Amino acid sequence: MTDQGIGASVKRKEDLRFITGQGQYVDDINRHGQSYAVFVRSPHAHATIKNIDISAAKAAPGVLGIFTGADIAKDKVGGLICGWMIHSKDGSPMKAGPHPALAQGKVRYVGDHVAVVIADTLMQARDAAELVSVDYDVHAPVVDLGKAQAAGQPQVHAEAPGNTVYQWHLGDKAAVDEAFAKAAHVTKLDIVNNRLIPNAMEPRAAIGEYDRGQDAFTLYTTSQNPHVARLVLSAFIGIAPENKLRVIAPDVGGGFGSKIFIYAEETVCVWAAKKVGRPVKWTAERSEAFLADAHGRDHLTKAELAVDAQGKILALRASTKANLGAYLSTFASSVPTYLYAPLLSGQYQIPAIYCEVDGVYTTTAPVDAYRGAGRPEATFVVERLIEVAARETGRDPAEFRRANFIRTFPYATPVIMTYDAGDYEASLSKALEMADYKGFGTRKAASAAKGKLRGIGFSAYIEACGIAPSRAVGSLGAGVGLWESAEVRVNPVGTVEVLTGSHSHGQGHETTMAQIVSSKLGIPIEQVSIVHGDTDKVQMGMGTYGSRSGAVGGSAIVKAADKVIAKGKRVAAACMEVPEDSVDFDNGEFSARGTNKKMTFGEVALQAYVAHKFDPEVIEPGLKETSFYDPKNFTFPSGVHIAEVEIDAETGHTRVDRWTAVDDFGVLINPMIVEGQVHGGIAQGVGQALLEGAVYNEDGQLVTATYMDYSMPRADDLPSFDVTMTNTPCPSNPLGVKGCGEAGAIAAPAALVNAITNALGHEDIVMPATPQTMWRAIQKMPRKAAE
Amino acid sequence: MYAFEYKRPTTIDEAAATLKAAPGAKLLAGGQTLIPTLKFRLANPETVIDLGKVAALRGISRQGSNLVIGAMTTHAAIAESADVKAAIPGLAALAEGIGDPHVRNRGTIGGSVVNNDPAADYPAAVLALGATITTNKRTLAADAFFTGLFSTAMADDEIMTSIAFPVPQSFGYAKFANPASRYALVGVAVARTAAGPRVAVTGAGSSGVFRWTAAEQALASNFSAGAIGALKPDASGLMSDLHAAADYRAHLVNVMARRAAGA
Repeated sequence: MTDQGIGASVKRKEDLRFITGQGQYVDDINRHGQSYAVFVRSPHAHATIKNIDISAAKAAPGVLGIFTGADIAKDKVGGLICGWMIHSKDGSPMKAGPHPALAQGKVRYVGDHVAVVIADTLMQARDAAELVSVDYDVHAPVVDLGKAQAAGQPQVHAEAPGNTVYQWHLGDKAAVDEAFAKAAHVTKLDIVNNRLIPNAMEPRAAIGEYDRGQDAFTLYTTSQNPHVARLVLSAFIGIAPENKLRVIAPDVGGGFGSKIFIYAEETVCVWAAKKVGRPVKWTAERSEAFLADAHGRDHLTKAELAVDAQGKILALRASTKANLGAYLSTFASSVPTYLYAPLLSGQYQIPAIYCEVDGVYTTTAPVDAYRGAGRPEATFVVERLIEVAARETGRDPAEFRRANFIRTFPYATPVIMTYDAGDYEASLSKALEMADYKGFGTRKAASAAKGKLRGIGFSAYIEACGIAPSRAVGSLGAGVGLWESAEVRVNPVGTVEVLTGSHSHGQGHETTMAQIVSSKLGIPIEQVSIVHGDTDKVQMGMGTYGSRSGAVGGSAIVKAADKVIAKGKRVAAACMEVPEDSVDFDNGEFSARGTNKKMTFGEVALQAYVAHKFDPEVIEPGLKETSFYDPKNFTFPSGVHIAEVEIDAETGHTRVDRWTAVDDFGVLINPMIVEGQVHGGIAQGVGQALLEGAVYNEDGQLVTATYMDYSMPRADDLPSFDVTMTNTPCPSNPLGVKGCGEAGAIAAPAALVNAITNALGHEDIVMPATPQTMWRAIQKMPRKAAE
Repeated sequence: MYAFEYKRPTTIDEAAATLKAAPGAKLLAGGQTLIPTLKFRLANPETVIDLGKVAALRGISRQGSNLVIGAMTTHAAIAESADVKAAIPGLAALAEGIGDPHVRNRGTIGGSVVNNDPAADYPAAVLALGATITTNKRTLAADAFFTGLFSTAMADDEIMTSIAFPVPQSFGYAKFANPASRYALVGVAVARTAAGPRVAVTGAGSSGVFRWTAAEQALASNFSAGAIGALKPDASGLMSDLHAAADYRAHLVNVMARRAAGA
């Protein structure tokens, strides 16, 4: 163990590079002979393309090629795929329309890709793109999720009648109905989970390149999972076999899920590189990111909670419409189903749960995973129901939660999951103390004296992370396994390269994964380099999302390091001329038990490569090991967040005054980085609750298409967070870690809305609780609360 | 952005001559509106005349009963100016509340006032303080200057050189920011001048900044937040958008006016 190992808040190794502007993002990369792509996008939400006239554009200066859906079809470029099969209640497979990389006959949202113009310079490509003339026959759009399935609505895809992709369900409907029938109290809520636009700091970008000599392609892309991108581009889209396609995701500036997916633009760039015989570069403008990055959330839910006379929860029922947008993005189908309904048990003993979900097409941008992906939506449903049920039955919301907590583990919920460990009461008790819950009344009175409203709200969340066991997700419809790989490559001088299939785009893997190796091998983190993001360097991997890199990717590193130690023991035994089973390894040193013989890790590495002292028939030279790790179970991070708000009753402005977070992430590799992840997650959750909301107007135009109208959280929207951790180690992986990347975004919206409604004295509020929304809600306050 | 000719004069006369020789040219002050407009390809001028090197357009001075600010003076310079803080501290505070440090270090008072964005802050101050705008050709009273959304009484070949603010007895500006853009959703400037109270409202009016005479009358007899009471402008003349419908804006005008008057 070194002072840089697991548990140490060492500063991030990658930050010197990022802070001094030395990061290498896709847009920083320029290839010899590079050309530039600009996409012609649909200005209409729903239209048939009658004609595309490219004659004027083709004659414009510098133009190398203009391609449309017809060219994609001619080259048999496959459509973009959705990699998770969902079956409806009646057993039928989901009904998906095709998703071509360039529109074929129809456009289905504003920003849909109609053509690509490739030219010597970006300005020439832009100029020429303006000359592409598209004749549209405009149809009525489908914008309102609540009405999209109604009779007579325009059809987004002929394959999906009534715009219904699937009608899925989970749980025991009969048991739930029975429980509701005998409930002493039923709480009912209509819930809107607002649509969000991810807004990673770095917009998406791609460079496609074709090497005629090798007949091979390279794609530089802003991806969270380059190997999955290669797999999809090879096996489904058919760009090239995997051995002829290299995908490189260099430094990536944030993803939040939006860079998991295989999009049209990246596909077109790599395909078109061969067509024009030049590398093709595209960097999204911010406006394109608003229009064409996959959006997040967008649910309408009717939710009910049944409670008995003693305050025990009997059952939960939820009926959700999930907006999937105009096409099914890579994992779109799984987010409102298997990443959502299995979390509806929250931290509570709920004997019966039933959830039905309709996946719905609309003429809006595709919707897919965004930080938390299904779990924020589930937590919002559960924690709003719990809070309101406590209020309606006259119980303290903290005590109502405490009375219903799951207390014994493992605990099998009625919705698939088996929670392996947790101590929910510990988090709640700690949070109540830190938040000075008892002092709330005094603070509320002080606010009232200033004419302000004060409210407090809870969110006791659970998430299923470390996504996850391949067999489990396979049985639920996933098209891929969700293990992770690591290769630990020891150099002859004892330095180490770790090749990981995880991908860091802000998480700090270059530090935390080096810390894991430091702990295992007893060497300083400076001697450990983390290699990721290049399919030619790294063995197959599944990438980073779902808070999986520590629990799955980190565990793979542990397994590979264990193999390195085992091999090192054999080499050391031969060198020290002692029996293999008498060699111990601790803190970077191999020692022979019962003797004073010892060798450092570096000495053993050197001997492994020099190979003078052992029989190659018995021990192979070299010191490099690989592991493919597949966990037994998901991990179940949990915690309690308490938000306290002060509302200016005159203007409707909500100020987040206090924030307490007690999270249980199991073992912490780098507490500082974990805390940073919590901060960022809360900021995004506050964004969802107070500020952010994608709005399409009735014509299907995105109204919130710039930062003039889409409101991102800023430093002055946030208080100083009071964050601490309880640590129940995860029994399902060798590190005992659970994952922390999404927790804040999962917990925060419910805590804030609970705080706001506590202040208002009524539940009639829809996120984002902007000042105008709040001002109108204040007008509806019951007289007593308003006074 | 489309290609354009770029000119950078160093004197007001040279700038005027350059502008006369290139009809349709755009004057570049701090570029906080023009540059994004060009980048979005929403404007296509043949010539852009950068006023950044015209030293005579910059500076702050106290001239008798007036505070005179050069058109190319940045928001940051105004926010930090000892002269402004001494004469009209509320104006320094207004400048400090515009955008973020990047915007304040590039954006200029002249650029903002000439652009007359209906959600900009300065027009409310210029109107409430009864300022006088000087161009290379003439002087214009604030009351005759703002003629509607993004339009002013200035001619296309005219260059604003400075704004003279009569130093008031008091001046307060209260802004309720648009949560996304942080422009004024509603901003109200209240000045107690020698000629009586003047109240100007930005961010709200369908035709841009306007004087709210009903509030001025209320304050004339009793200059206090309380005098405004429940007074609200008629919502029918106010803007509605995603962030604030007209009725909410009318309400906010009342709240911000009370806060500005009490400042």
